[in-house]
Amino acid sequence: MPAHYLDHAATTPVLAVAREALIEHLGQTGNPSALNSAGRAMRRVVEESRERLAGALGAQPSEVIFTSGGTEADNLAIKGAYAARQAADPARRGIVLSGIEHHAVLDPVEFLVESLGAAALFAEPDDRGVVTVDALRDAVRDPSSIALISIMWANNEIGTIQPIGELAAVAREHGIPIHSDAVQAVGHVPVDFAASGLDLLSLTGHKLGGPVGTGALLARRDAKLTPQLHGGGQERLVRSGTVDAAGAAALAAAVEAAVGMLAVESARLITLRDNLIQGALDLDLGIEVTGAWTPGSAMDRLPGNVHLRVPGTDGDSLLFLLDAAGICCATGSACTAGVPRASHVLLAMGIPEEDARGAIRLSLGHTSTQADVAAVLAALPEAVARARRARGAA
Amino acid sequence: MRVVAAMSGGVDSAVAAARMLDAGHEVVGVHLALSRSAATLRESARGCCTLEDAGDARRVADMLGIPFYVWDLADRFQRDVMDDFVAEYAAGRTPNPCLRCNEKIKFSALLDKALALGFDAVATGHYAQIVDGPAGRELHRAVDAAKDQSYVLGVLTAEQLAQAFFPLGDTTKPMVREEAAARGFYVAKKPDSYDICFIPDGDTRGWLTKRLGEQPGKILDADGSVVGHHEGAYGFTIGQRKGLGLDRSAMDGQARYVVGIDRAANTVTIGTADLLGVDEIVGMRALWCGPAPTGPSQLGAQVRAHGEEVPATVEPDGTRVRVLLDRRIRGIAPGQSVVLYDGTRVVGSATIETAGRGRPTEPAS
Repeated sequence: MPAHYLDHAATTPVLAVAREALIEHLGQTGNPSALNSAGRAMRRVVEESRERLAGALGAQPSEVIFTSGGTEADNLAIKGAYAARQAADPARRGIVLSGIEHHAVLDPVEFLVESLGAAALFAEPDDRGVVTVDALRDAVRDPSSIALISIMWANNEIGTIQPIGELAAVAREHGIPIHSDAVQAVGHVPVDFAASGLDLLSLTGHKLGGPVGTGALLARRDAKLTPQLHGGGQERLVRSGTVDAAGAAALAAAVEAAVGMLAVESARLITLRDNLIQGALDLDLGIEVTGAWTPGSAMDRLPGNVHLRVPGTDGDSLLFLLDAAGICCATGSACTAGVPRASHVLLAMGIPEEDARGAIRLSLGHTSTQADVAAVLAALPEAVARARRARGAA
Repeated sequence: MRVVAAMSGGVDSAVAAARMLDAGHEVVGVHLALSRSAATLRESARGCCTLEDAGDARRVADMLGIPFYVWDLADRFQRDVMDDFVAEYAAGRTPNPCLRCNEKIKFSALLDKALALGFDAVATGHYAQIVDGPAGRELHRAVDAAKDQSYVLGVLTAEQLAQAFFPLGDTTKPMVREEAAARGFYVAKKPDSYDICFIPDGDTRGWLTKRLGEQPGKILDADGSVVGHHEGAYGFTIGQRKGLGLDRSAMDGQARYVVGIDRAANTVTIGTADLLGVDEIVGMRALWCGPAPTGPSQLGAQVRAHGEEVPATVEPDGTRVRVLLDRRIRGIAPGQSVVLYDGTRVVGSATIETAGRGRPTEPAS
């Protein structure tokens, strides 16, 4: 790993307990669906993992549907719930979401709009990057036409935390199922599925110390989902495919560990986060922090998220210069080509495109230290000066 | 030196980057994203900047162990190359977008950004040679005459050349492919790109029609009689023979070519091949690579990317230049560039404003 890895929101190092669980069960043979002793032993691994995962997140074991990660969980939630609600009442064509959702939510919705006649209704965030209850109520004006609501728990770019409990209460009032992409939240802020009032919640392993390729959709027992993968009927008949027992074990181990150390770890990260944000603001370079930020608190912003805007620069120049200085950061969500574009999250918050260009995300995690923060603050002045010259040139 | 290697995803820029690394430079690979709507996969030898091309460039950078980034210069490319291309055609001229891209993008936007970010130079896979001469750095033709790209680099100044590397100038294309294969680059056999990168289907007229709309007008014979109709004079180029769509064929059985485009009247004039021969070019936006000639000089003139070089008398006149060719050549289109050579050395270039006959008769050859 480079000297200063500040891209934990992209992926974070696998925790030792998760690596051990993965390796242990990769060495074990048996199809969890098989009826023989090897299959039963593997099934036991899956079910114990399901119970541990559910226990850590305030869910029932039967509410856990293992998936290949957050994107699959989001796709199953959006497409599966939309199809089921449509089948029950064809008038339900509306999908309420926010403009700051991850592409794993935005794009399935766009697909449903373009291919199946769905209608997207946006509950826009305020200038702090928060979707308020009023904004949601505004989008749900005609409840009988709404198939589902999907609002992320915490934003992946700017780290703002949405008032999920209050938003879910609005959905409940109208009997509309509500999903939340909690990929950035689980293991980082307290998540209690039962208490949240959500019907569906997506999570992934690799943002909290589990392996890439693991994840789950938490779905209330009464949540109706039309299968998106048809086959052997595994996972409540909605997600066919041999269950990855080793992955499930590693995911459960990682979630348990992350939730177990959450209180201590989040306090530590909040300090680092605040040092980095305050330090960057104090450089007097015109740097701004994006989105809600309450020092000392993770009420409105993830403990590990720092999102800065540097007027007069391009994010890709800053990324290059920091990379060259041994600091890994991100400009937002990179597309396949690696071409940085003005972030749809910032634009949805009403930040002008010009202002959205010079944005970087520095995300802290379980291996981050004050030395990382100091390295960024030491590198920023020259990087900003050079990036401003580059912007003037190109 | 700290060098940005511009990596298109093709074999030439891959070998160029590898050679810069071998020469001991600190190299960073940069792929230019020039299109807002890049296609996923390359579907023909035309076009560029697909995600596949970016991926190919990234894989070569991986193998070389150099950092790699994609820089988004799509806005600059749109403004300085594509919009300019449309405007030039709209004005009845035939631009060369590759020259424009080298002048405005690769050795301006890219180079300037690289310099600002702390680099010393930009290296590309162009086939041309840079030589240290008595008056500074000189641009020369490549060893491989068939691949020589000095024409499309003819717009570069000595100052830009001082911050440029063309590591392939001393090598033939087959040798470059061999070297790429020996280095294990799987782009070694990737086909060359042809034509205009932002018009992947090669249908320039159709591409222009979408942007300029149909502008129906008349096609005239040399005597002024109407012999056909066109959907937009911008779709024609001096010297063009195909695609004229005439209402009636010529009585004399001789082939007809576009010999004139009048944008004001929106007419295209056609005529026989003998009307195409011109020997006098007036160029504007003269750019000199090094000191400008002080008076009339005997130089070689090239008016197309892969055209032949013709001996000429060149008279600089401020930002203009008059080029009197030793013999007539056909199909010189305003908007193209004339690049001037002294032996293998590029002396300068200019955009062709007008072409005509400076001598009453064809000189005896």
